[in-house]
Amino acid sequence: MQTYDNIIIGGGHNGLICATYLAQKGQSVLLLEATDGLGGLATTREFYPGFRAPVAHSLSHFSETVVEQLNLLKHGYTPSSEVLDTIGLNLNGEHVVVSGEHISGVNKADQQTYADYLVLLKRFAKMLKPFWLKTMPRIGDNSFPDLMTFGQLGLKLRLLGKKDMGEFMRVATLPARDLMDENFDNDILKAVLSWDGLIGSKMAPRSPNATVLNMLYRMSGKHHGAHSLPEGGIQNLISALHNAALDAGVTVKTGALVKRIVIKGSSSGLAATGVELADGTLISSARVVSSADPKQTFLNLVGANNLEIGFTNRINRLRCDGYVAKLHLALDGAPKFTGLKNPNGRMIIAPKLDAIEFAFDDAKYGEYSKSPVMEIIIPSMVDNLLAPKGQQVLSAHVMYVPHKLKGGWTDEARQNLYQRLIDTLESYAPGIRQQIIHGEILTPADLEQTYHLTGGHWHHAELSMDQMLMMRPTYEAAQYSTPIPGLYLCGAGSHPGGGLMGGPGHNAAKEIIGAKKEL
Amino acid sequence: MNSMPDVTDPFAGERLKESPFHPRQAALNLRDAWSSWNGYKFADYYYDEEYEYFCIRNSCATYDICPMQKYILSGPDAEAMLNRMVTRDITKLKENRVTYVCWCTDEGRLIDDGTIFKLGADRFLLTCGSPSLAWLRKSAFGFNQLHITDMSDDIAALSLQGPTSCEVLKKMGLQGIENLKPFCISHFPFAGSEDTPLMVSRTGFTGDLGYELWISPDLALEFWDALYRAGENYGIQPYGESATNMARLEAGFIMPGMEFNEALKTIHFQYDQTPFELSLDWLVDFKKPHFNGRNALLKERDQGAEYTLVKLDIEGNKPAEESFLYADEDCSKEIGYVTSAMWSPVVKANIALAMVKTSALKSTIWAEIYYSKELRHHSKVAKCTLQKKPFWAPERARATPPAAF
Ligand SMILES: Cc1cc2nc3c(=O)[nH]c(=O)nc-3n(C[C@H](O)[C@H](O)[C@H](O)COP(=O)(O)OP(=O)(O)OC[C@H]3O[C@@H](n4cnc5c(N)ncnc54)[C@H](O)[C@@H]3O)c2cc1C
Repeated sequence: MQTYDNIIIGGGHNGLICATYLAQKGQSVLLLEATDGLGGLATTREFYPGFRAPVAHSLSHFSETVVEQLNLLKHGYTPSSEVLDTIGLNLNGEHVVVSGEHISGVNKADQQTYADYLVLLKRFAKMLKPFWLKTMPRIGDNSFPDLMTFGQLGLKLRLLGKKDMGEFMRVATLPARDLMDENFDNDILKAVLSWDGLIGSKMAPRSPNATVLNMLYRMSGKHHGAHSLPEGGIQNLISALHNAALDAGVTVKTGALVKRIVIKGSSSGLAATGVELADGTLISSARVVSSADPKQTFLNLVGANNLEIGFTNRINRLRCDGYVAKLHLALDGAPKFTGLKNPNGRMIIAPKLDAIEFAFDDAKYGEYSKSPVMEIIIPSMVDNLLAPKGQQVLSAHVMYVPHKLKGGWTDEARQNLYQRLIDTLESYAPGIRQQIIHGEILTPADLEQTYHLTGGHWHHAELSMDQMLMMRPTYEAAQYSTPIPGLYLCGAGSHPGGGLMGGPGHNAAKEIIGAKKEL
Repeated sequence: MNSMPDVTDPFAGERLKESPFHPRQAALNLRDAWSSWNGYKFADYYYDEEYEYFCIRNSCATYDICPMQKYILSGPDAEAMLNRMVTRDITKLKENRVTYVCWCTDEGRLIDDGTIFKLGADRFLLTCGSPSLAWLRKSAFGFNQLHITDMSDDIAALSLQGPTSCEVLKKMGLQGIENLKPFCISHFPFAGSEDTPLMVSRTGFTGDLGYELWISPDLALEFWDALYRAGENYGIQPYGESATNMARLEAGFIMPGMEFNEALKTIHFQYDQTPFELSLDWLVDFKKPHFNGRNALLKERDQGAEYTLVKLDIEGNKPAEESFLYADEDCSKEIGYVTSAMWSPVVKANIALAMVKTSALKSTIWAEIYYSKELRHHSKVAKCTLQKKPFWAPERARATPPAAF
């Protein structure tokens, strides 16, 4: 039987990245992906004959280090130098447009404040940036590299200067609403600028927690948080990652659902020695590296009987319920948003912070919102292969749609949600209803099913103070290694978290390579 | 039986529960010396602690273990769940056998000790001193074919200990009881029924010949009466907490709140203990690939425990209660502390259990003993000798069949 140095579970971007780094070091790598395609939550899926849409639909913080180290440009990655405008839609057509460092549709005061606000946030984002690509220190372990990381963080903070350091400490856990209210007047602007701190999480404008840190995390990208799409869309990035993996010698198998991580026990303890596929095939390896979410990895694939009791219960308590649904529409032409010449930006329907807050309130109690808020892109405008000629695809992230809907996700519930979304869209883009050829909705429960993802969560596990940095997903598994020798994590459930970024895949590979050296 | 809460009693919810044996025990508690255990009214002693102790050693005596916590774990996953929780390998445990176990936190700190009774292929009884349902539930997470029932109030139990205990059970009509070996279980008919509602295990906490007797609470009083009738000429007597504590110390058994502080109730960092510190190495089975706390315990085994629980034979006759221990007679170098101490009547020695720094075990150990004589306090420094074997381990505790009387 063939045995590999590494088996990677999951062919999302993190699995691909981790696999490639390891293969480049000369290790043999087998990557196993359950679905028939690659990309995971960034898969481009055909949802109607001739119409395709990516689940994750834009880039904000994909790591430039990864682009460079994996030579992604050579492998076909064509990032765009253009960023997408973020457009806060107004029913009356007087939209707020954030275009890099400029804003239109707001008063002078807001425009000026925005410049200062951006400078400050960029400084904070720059300070934090190195830490997203670093293994976080182990709690209670005073090893030299760990102390160094702590020291560096302290030093970086200190280098901000006394005033900014104080300001960082003040705003880091601030609710988005406080940050917005103290800076801006315009309701739509406040909603739009909060959006990237909130989306994907179970947090709303009034929630104190990691909203600002989420914003700063997303600002670590090339365009300081502005979104963009590569030429050829998200699929272009995934293809480049796939090519890089193949080029490095990774063996990629799709349609290969891992049923179990094989744990062997001997008097020297337990160790991961391979995997068993759904069809019963056993494959052995020196290491198993999982990009599946932590709950699935530990509770389903490893099993509680192989883990410590306290640890198991911490994993079980991870908050993994997703609150973002996906809407895909096949349209017979470009939708016409009132007052918008060309829908080629990232359009946000959230007329004010309370609109987001109230949508959240509904979801908190297990319902979807009566007035949903959402982010819309027409990805076929960038990648004309996504729809037949002259036709378009609309992709929307809808907040907040609970994974566990009161009464369950019945056909009727889905239909009602769908109608509500179309009604909302219709009010901003009159006539869109008539343009629809087909529509699909992916609730977090659908994402859970389709992408083998507990709770269907954007980040695999909530990216909040208690589940981030050296606590992600929980202590004793926050340095990519786990309590089981030979088992590593490399997905969004690990530091720094989710989004198309690549940090977890990169960091995990570094840990594995480093650990091997010590042997 | 527990009396119904009296609605006119403003303290109804605060009052101690009464064990199913309470009516008989209350009648014999001449000194009204009650304390409590797990919410039950519980005797410290009935008449005189030394008298009760001597009954354990010379005739036989009963100890009410109704307040002990009892859990039935059943289902196809029961064995796997317990085996992952405790440090011993219970897949080796045969049906109708009992084993002494302990279990630890992820960090290898002792949560509690107790006994597991294997009642069937996938049916176990776990008994322990403190309520443990919360930890059992946590330990059960991920084991779906498992049912845990808290039977603490639904099984009445008496511990019958002492040299005449087997004879009394014979007199009671338990046929073949003399063939029951230590740590074995047998079931007997009772109260004229064809069923076997009486479970007997040859177990106990005194280091002597003895049995634990398990029965449904509604048969408790009838059972008591039958037992005491049979024991009339064999010196049967109830004993309380104080005599238990003497007997268990002679046997070298540890007590929560004395030798160890339960990990889940410990606030100060590492003020709890590990099995290695408590000299329970023999309970930790590293041949088993996984159990809770294994990694931490492996590390401790290799590095050595900071403290070790030892048995001390101390010169003189003043019990070394709460004494500090030193490496020198001048008491300048502190190396540990006594956890339990007494003058042992049966061994005729001044004995103690003590936590001593492992590194200091090779040197001579001195105890600084405080005692008082008619209100005047005195202190002395006494030399201690390490004792390897239990202070008291009579042949009769193991003999099968036990001697007849
Ligand atoms: C609705 C939605 C929209 C999003 N939009 C954006 C966006 O616009 N921009 C952005 O940056 N981020 C977005 N995100 C977040 C981002 O998509 C994810 O955080 C990221 O894709 C996670 O990547 P990953 O490689 O860690 O895991 P995944 O992409 O989830 O990949 C894990 C892979 O493992 C496979 N797998 C799981 N279990 C098994 C198993 N047992 N055996 C074999 N294979 C298995 C899965 O099928 C999957 O392919 C969005 C997330 C969601 C849910």
